[in-house]
Amino acid sequence: MIDKGVPTPAAAVAGIFHGASVMIGGFGTAGMPDQLIDALIDQGAGDLTIINNNAGNGETGLAALIAAGRVRKIICSFPRQSDSHHFDARYRAGDIELELVPQGNLAARIHAAGSGLGAIFTPTGFGTLLAEGKETREIDGKNYVLEYPIHADFALIKAEAADRWGNLVYRKTARNFGPIMAMAAKCTIAQVARIAPLGGIDPETIVTPGIFVQRIVHIASAAPSAAQAA
Amino acid sequence: MQRLNREQMARRVAQDIPEGAYVNLGIGLPTLVANFLPAEREIFLQSENGLLGMGPAPAPGAEDPDLINAGKQPVTLLPGGSFFHHADSFAMMRGGHIDICVLGAFQVSTRGDLANWHTGAPYAIPAVGGAMDLAIGAKRTFVMMELLTKTGESKLVDQCTYPITGMACVSRIYSDIAIFDIGPQGASVVEMAEGLTLDELRALTGVPLIAGAALQPG
Repeated sequence: MIDKGVPTPAAAVAGIFHGASVMIGGFGTAGMPDQLIDALIDQGAGDLTIINNNAGNGETGLAALIAAGRVRKIICSFPRQSDSHHFDARYRAGDIELELVPQGNLAARIHAAGSGLGAIFTPTGFGTLLAEGKETREIDGKNYVLEYPIHADFALIKAEAADRWGNLVYRKTARNFGPIMAMAAKCTIAQVARIAPLGGIDPETIVTPGIFVQRIVHIASAAPSAAQAA
Repeated sequence: MQRLNREQMARRVAQDIPEGAYVNLGIGLPTLVANFLPAEREIFLQSENGLLGMGPAPAPGAEDPDLINAGKQPVTLLPGGSFFHHADSFAMMRGGHIDICVLGAFQVSTRGDLANWHTGAPYAIPAVGGAMDLAIGAKRTFVMMELLTKTGESKLVDQCTYPITGMACVSRIYSDIAIFDIGPQGASVVEMAEGLTLDELRALTGVPLIAGAALQPG
């Protein structure tokens, strides 16, 4: 019997190694898999390359991982925010390398990795600082920049529900990068608020098919009242 | 000269958004436009973090941390609204499915180059977010900005001095002093603040301006 469920966040992040590339889902704190990140901090892996839209907010989640000194490089679109002080300090000290990627290109490059594409030509960024030195091509009279896929060893994502085969559904705008990161990583680890019986999720509504998911861990929602609000 | 305040600018932009339009409103000043969309028109607001059919802010106490906009503020979803992942969201943008995107700007050139993501200051930490995708993806990109900086320099320029966000992507500028159409021929003046002449506007901006059809005598 296949059961991708693991008993604890610690078991879920087992095997994430020093120097690994790790995608972390979430847009700001919506969809951020906080308990998996806490487990990763406890587990101790460092020298990580992190792929996320942001570079941590406040004191928890990715911000805590950065504050713990575990991140060598971050690939993201929007690092600087009012509450990104942990990233700001490490970046200014020269402790973290930053690869800044336009948000849509970040999504497209992650999606390309999960789809087995060798590269993409994107119109976004053409003629700007972020395309400097990159190959370009004119196709049907429009200019494009060649961008390469972003792969990762692991993806840590948050979903609303899973069954034991790893089929996932998400909740509202917490979906954001989850489905495409699940496709792009060698090992995708999902924390979910609910485990459904096999067949308990309407197959027409499954967003991420279980083929893209290797481990799931049940984390009861920290804020059930908010989770039930409309 | 009677300048528009921020609410009047937002109201003026909202007037030009038609029934049935798919629209993305950028962070900051453009967000105000949502407050002035005519109630009798059905307009679809997209937020690039993954929702279409975005509604107004929730009542205090009804905020949901999983339901936010691109500015990470709590929002609501209208009946008929939908959620989707980031690749789909930016396909809507880049794929030309969004009719109108309204963005703020540091500078716009008379040929439509937009600068709105980075001041280029050496110690600044750069952040781009979806700005570059939004600038070039929508069928029409509107810029909403005060025409002059606090020190009186025109933000409509011959050539952007800030790092650009996108090339030749702006189709219209709504400012507190005038509205401009931007195209290959340059900037043409669609409307001006009451009491302002075209020559005065040329002096304020220091760039060549074409008199738009509505300003032609007779």
